[in-house]
Amino acid sequence: MVVKVLTGNHAAAYGAKLAKVNFISAYPITPQTSIIEKLAEFVDSGDLNAKFVRVESEHSAMAAVIGAAAVGARAFTATSAQGLFYMYEMIWWAAGARLPIVMGVVTRAIAPPWSIWTDHADFLALRDSGWILLFARDAQEVLDTVIQAYRIAEDEEVMLPVAVGWDAFIASHTAESVDIPSQEVIDEYLPAKKEFAHMLDVEHPFSLGNLAFPDNYMEFRWLIDKSMNAAREVILKADKEYGNIVGRSYGGLVEEYKCADADVVVFMMGAASGDGMDAVDELRDEGYNVGLCRIRAVRPFPIEEVRKISQRVKAGVVIDRDVSFGFGGILAGEIKAALYNTDKKPPIFNIIAGLGGRDIDVRIVKQAVINAYRFIEECKEPKELEWMGLRQEVLIL
Amino acid sequence: MKKVKFIAPVAVPTIGASGKTGNWRVMKPIIDYDKCIKCMQCWMYCPEGAITVENDMPKIDYVYCKGCGICANECPVKAIKMEKEV
Amino acid sequence: MDGFKTRGVNFMSKLVELFSKEEYILKGNASCPGCGAALLLRYVLKALGKKTILVIPACCTSVIAGPYPKTCFNIPVMHIAFAASAATASGIAEALEIVNKKDVNVVVWAGDGGTVDIGLQGLSGAAERGHNMFYICYDNEAYMNTGIQRSGSTPIGAWTTTTPGGNTTPKKDLPSIMIAHRIPYIATGSPAYPQDLVMKIRKAKKIEGFKYIHLHSPCPPGWRFDASKTIEVARLAVLAGVWVLYEVENGVFRLTGPSRKLIGKSKRKPVREYLKLQGRFKHLTNEQIDVIQQMVDDKWERIKSYIK
Repeated sequence: MVVKVLTGNHAAAYGAKLAKVNFISAYPITPQTSIIEKLAEFVDSGDLNAKFVRVESEHSAMAAVIGAAAVGARAFTATSAQGLFYMYEMIWWAAGARLPIVMGVVTRAIAPPWSIWTDHADFLALRDSGWILLFARDAQEVLDTVIQAYRIAEDEEVMLPVAVGWDAFIASHTAESVDIPSQEVIDEYLPAKKEFAHMLDVEHPFSLGNLAFPDNYMEFRWLIDKSMNAAREVILKADKEYGNIVGRSYGGLVEEYKCADADVVVFMMGAASGDGMDAVDELRDEGYNVGLCRIRAVRPFPIEEVRKISQRVKAGVVIDRDVSFGFGGILAGEIKAALYNTDKKPPIFNIIAGLGGRDIDVRIVKQAVINAYRFIEECKEPKELEWMGLRQEVLIL
Repeated sequence: MKKVKFIAPVAVPTIGASGKTGNWRVMKPIIDYDKCIKCMQCWMYCPEGAITVENDMPKIDYVYCKGCGICANECPVKAIKMEKEV
Repeated sequence: MDGFKTRGVNFMSKLVELFSKEEYILKGNASCPGCGAALLLRYVLKALGKKTILVIPACCTSVIAGPYPKTCFNIPVMHIAFAASAATASGIAEALEIVNKKDVNVVVWAGDGGTVDIGLQGLSGAAERGHNMFYICYDNEAYMNTGIQRSGSTPIGAWTTTTPGGNTTPKKDLPSIMIAHRIPYIATGSPAYPQDLVMKIRKAKKIEGFKYIHLHSPCPPGWRFDASKTIEVARLAVLAGVWVLYEVENGVFRLTGPSRKLIGKSKRKPVREYLKLQGRFKHLTNEQIDVIQQMVDDKWERIKSYIK
């Protein structure tokens, strides 16, 4: 075990190296570039025995890792925003072909206007694709989750690709001290890549991805859904065993902070959860019984966890670093959907904040919680959906 | 082919994957073996691989022959005639 | 005809030597009767053998395969999205090395649309990176799988559903683009000359690096001719100098097969004979045919300069 000061991106590279990835293909895009630069260094120096294919576009990056995974390589790629959207059709292909690829997504806002700063729109655009979606808060979790991702993806009950997301700059480029487990410890946790039934093999020829008429297509989607639901247990187990073998775990699908006796719980995802937890501490000092639930897995969605927490609280606040225009925050929409068929449904107040890298600071979280309390105590209805942190002076109207 | 459970869309090599394509025929190639010089051009140019070589002679598999007529068109001694399929 | 009879038996033994008897495309597949592409792939697979993985993007061949759960291809096939074939094959080629599976041919088998249009970026990238693989384009000169729409490879004057008055731009010269990538081997081929094609594939198989093969794939429904004429059309394309058989090995250009003898204009059949076999050209006026003839003649002037 070694402790280094690493950015989130470099931590991802160390994670992929410890996972003994043997095929990497990626196309540069800010703020992902330092991941692949670090991996290129590892491959060049011989530290990592892998093929590194410097493709000419993100679409080709995903195509290349699909090809590599189909013949049994352990493949890795990474991208952001525009790059993710360029490779979008291939992303769906990877899940449909049931290939255990891991992709790092450094979440970045979508153009126009150009923005290289964090926003969750790109990551959440993956939610119907069949990919398992895990979101890390800081550099340490990035390293650990990339390794866990291979364990989850390659599980026979799962066989689905996994995307690990983390915030542009706040997580990707902020250096923190990161514990790098030894190769021996990770070898104990993550077994060597096994062969799988639909791996291309000249000794047993078959076609992968033929045409399926209406009487055959639907079952393949059902099979993905089945594996996605089975993945809940696998993710929990992978995280727990990581805790046992390596010494760190994150709570599986969600990370709960002071939720046990909370009247109001704030749901957040990503690096801003750290500010959220600071806000929780300050509010507690001020007498509010508040907690924070960090969404770690977006797919499979933590339906049970969200229901359990919601049974106990008087209100929920969801801070979305994303928006689905004409509908509301995506995470809020999913949380509300998860609660719909339960009898105890606390009101959910949705905040849109932090788009395009704007800070979600402690004040925003605190204000949102205080508004929720106002509803509980004075029945003064806070708005169901509120955009916080908008700068009216910027809008030329 | 070993029996395995496929969760991915895997298709297995099968003769007649699109059915008995001989049913598509409107015209049927008939080889006159007296004229045949065993040059095997018909075998070579059949897009379906429906002509095989047996005892040095070309043999047409009528279960799958689609009746395109390339074999008849290319035969250098006009030993193959296209006849109406009944 | 007598000479042919005696030549027939020698021909037969040479053929068996050159082509294996094994059929890697199983009969009863969904190809149209007389399909040029099916015949070309039949030759290619016979030349490459069993240790071959095909990467097939959206194209006629991806439908010729037949529907799940059956396929007609008796070798491993990775079906992939339209623009992704070269990159997918790049991944397979590199990954096979790292997982220690040697001596497997990795072959992209793509139509003209998926090569000269939507697949061009991927092809260029893969060629520039120089992976050890084949990229074989079977050129039926339009988007045939989706119902005969114009592609960048449609020749000038051809009818397609999106150029009902005849295509107004000349065919994109993909092999020349590949020559500019300075890959070790580029070749063209035609189903009318299978020995030429198979010998090229076998030669290329021994070369380490990126190999590009461009094949002329006559299409009865798309070009509007009777299914029995596929080879006749292909042959006339070569003999009229419209489709040139050549290879470029390490930058050295060499005509092959019957094309070797066609440098003199009088040796070439008039383009009119090739065009009149196909319904897609039947609306052409004499003036337009003359223009096409001139374009073919100009092309051969350029070819003369490559050979000096």
